[in-house]
Amino acid sequence: MALLELRDVRKTYHLEEMDVPVLKGITLSIAAGELVALMGASGSGKSTLMNILGCLDRPSSGEYWLDGQEISGATPNQRATLRNQLIGFVFQSFNLLTRTSALDNVAMPLTYGTEYVHEREMKKRAEELLLRVGLADRMDHQPSQLSGGQQQRVAIARSLINRPRLLLADEPTGNLDSKTSKEILQMFRDLNEKEGLTVILVTHDPEVANHAKRVIRIKDGLIENGASAPMKEKIT
Amino acid sequence: MRAYRTFKTAMRALRRNVMRASLTTLGIVIGVAAVIAMMEIGNGSSQAIQHTISTMGAYNLMVFPGNSFMGGISTGTGGTMTLTPGDADAILTDCPSVAAAAPVVRARAQAVYANRNWQPGTLYGTTPAFLQVRDWTDMAQGDAFTERDVRNASKVCVIGKTIVEKLFMDEPPIGKEIRLQNVNFKVIGVLRAKGANMMGSDQDDIILAPWTTIKYRVTAVSSSYSTTTASTASTTVLPSQVYPSPGEPLYPPPSASQQADTPQPVRFANVDQIVAAAKSGPEVPTAIDEITGLLHERHHLKADAPDDFTIRDMTEMTRTMSSTTELMTTLLLIVAAISLVVGGVGIMNIMLVSVTERTREIGLRMAVGAHSGDILHQFLMEAIVLCLIGGAAGIGLGRTVSILVRMIKHWPTAVSMGAIIVAVAVSALVGVLFGFYPAWKASRLDPIEALRYE
Repeated sequence: MALLELRDVRKTYHLEEMDVPVLKGITLSIAAGELVALMGASGSGKSTLMNILGCLDRPSSGEYWLDGQEISGATPNQRATLRNQLIGFVFQSFNLLTRTSALDNVAMPLTYGTEYVHEREMKKRAEELLLRVGLADRMDHQPSQLSGGQQQRVAIARSLINRPRLLLADEPTGNLDSKTSKEILQMFRDLNEKEGLTVILVTHDPEVANHAKRVIRIKDGLIENGASAPMKEKIT
Repeated sequence: MRAYRTFKTAMRALRRNVMRASLTTLGIVIGVAAVIAMMEIGNGSSQAIQHTISTMGAYNLMVFPGNSFMGGISTGTGGTMTLTPGDADAILTDCPSVAAAAPVVRARAQAVYANRNWQPGTLYGTTPAFLQVRDWTDMAQGDAFTERDVRNASKVCVIGKTIVEKLFMDEPPIGKEIRLQNVNFKVIGVLRAKGANMMGSDQDDIILAPWTTIKYRVTAVSSSYSTTTASTASTTVLPSQVYPSPGEPLYPPPSASQQADTPQPVRFANVDQIVAAAKSGPEVPTAIDEITGLLHERHHLKADAPDDFTIRDMTEMTRTMSSTTELMTTLLLIVAAISLVVGGVGIMNIMLVSVTERTREIGLRMAVGAHSGDILHQFLMEAIVLCLIGGAAGIGLGRTVSILVRMIKHWPTAVSMGAIIVAVAVSALVGVLFGFYPAWKASRLDPIEALRYE
């Protein structure tokens, strides 16, 4: 069973009197444990698709099945809960809270969880994750005291704090040099291979896409190729 | 638990920008400090006025003779001569709400000592009870005159501080004699300095003597020059017993049978005024009723007849004065409230800036699962925390200011618990009111837009 499945998803923006169709019927499915790259030129509808996949936005029409639920009609607050529980976000610009320790940054999403997590438990989980991303000695550092790569690691740790089913990384290496980019991408691969985490890398960089096992290309609001997992993948 | 979380998040957010937070809250600090200081100074001056009124003799009642009509012309208050010293005694004994009562005879005379003279502002003939009524029983020097002096019409007096200064300069006044209308009075006591009263007249410019002495030796002597000696003759009840009229009688005293044959109207030993003190403030109206009833009876007035006397009480003055301070306090409070509102607008302003500045943070928080309510609560909580911290600091600052004012300017201040409670409540309210709009704005943000915000 696919972790997420889109059926004929359309998104149309209304600009004054004009209707601007951005997604013109996307059908795709991603199985649990896949490492997928979502590629497309700017203006192709890549970002819109990513927002819908990440439950930040809702489609104008079509169905979106995530983890067995149809969520295209969810209210903003329901979507917030879904994001909190199922999805981890990694952004191009890290989006860490300034003047806040790495530890507090990582623990932040727990504040908005459906159930109360004790302060000590929060700290423990954040510490474990920072350990895993290799920042054991930087836990009390603030973002301004960390390098770009380290900041992105903190962001990855933060995205993992709620044990998500899906990791959505939007140009995760866009602000990093090539060496750090490789490290970060390797981290995504490790997460995918060792923990079976489903990862979607949104990128326009073929280098990045090379790390993925499957590439979904989107052009002019339609999927060019990679709508479903390659047969080879399914057999093995 | 969730509220506590929100509180912690808000505190963390504030700690990220301590300087701005403290500047933001400055308006509230000043506003609350103004409220506290104003209230304390206002309370203090209000209490000071109560105290001033009590030094004038709190809860005093003054009974004046009523007016009389002479051929349709009213003489105004004091026109009749209906009040007697007996009335004063009766008021004290028969009215349970009255603590003290004393008759007063007013006079005007030049006081002379050695080569200095002075006209005292107040020259009263009275009884020792006057000092009780006026809350003036503690003497600076010497003693007050006694009931015995009143009965004997002794030529003794007690004088106020101003008289001492004007007549005696540096000499000790006790035992010296001053001359009033050719009568020598021995100074037996000096009154404690009272200063000016509320209306500004010098309360220490006073000579008190037994009323009998003033009435029959001072005012009667003066009248003996202006009118016929007959008026000072022994037709009065009291003076014939206590003091023979001065000089040789022009006429031989009438025999008993002559008096019986030609009855002369008995001259009333009237007094100009009776002062009385109620036992406490709330008893003043009761005392007025009791005195009215008693005097009606004593003056043989029919139940429906108009009073032949007027009673004035000081509580009216007290009320006027305290309503003045209340007005002042209210005005100051309005000013303080305005400064609180200004402080609130300041908070709103900075919060709005802060919301704009932290758009990405808001977007991130929403992306990782914050509901719009969480964002609203966080920013609202930040505003409230700011206001409450400002309120607490303001209370401290206000207290400091009022203590400084008391120490440096010697203004009376009094701690006002009400003001502190109001200040805290108002600052929380200001936080909610002015924090709501920015918080609401933050919670309305679209996470996608917010994340992309530069």
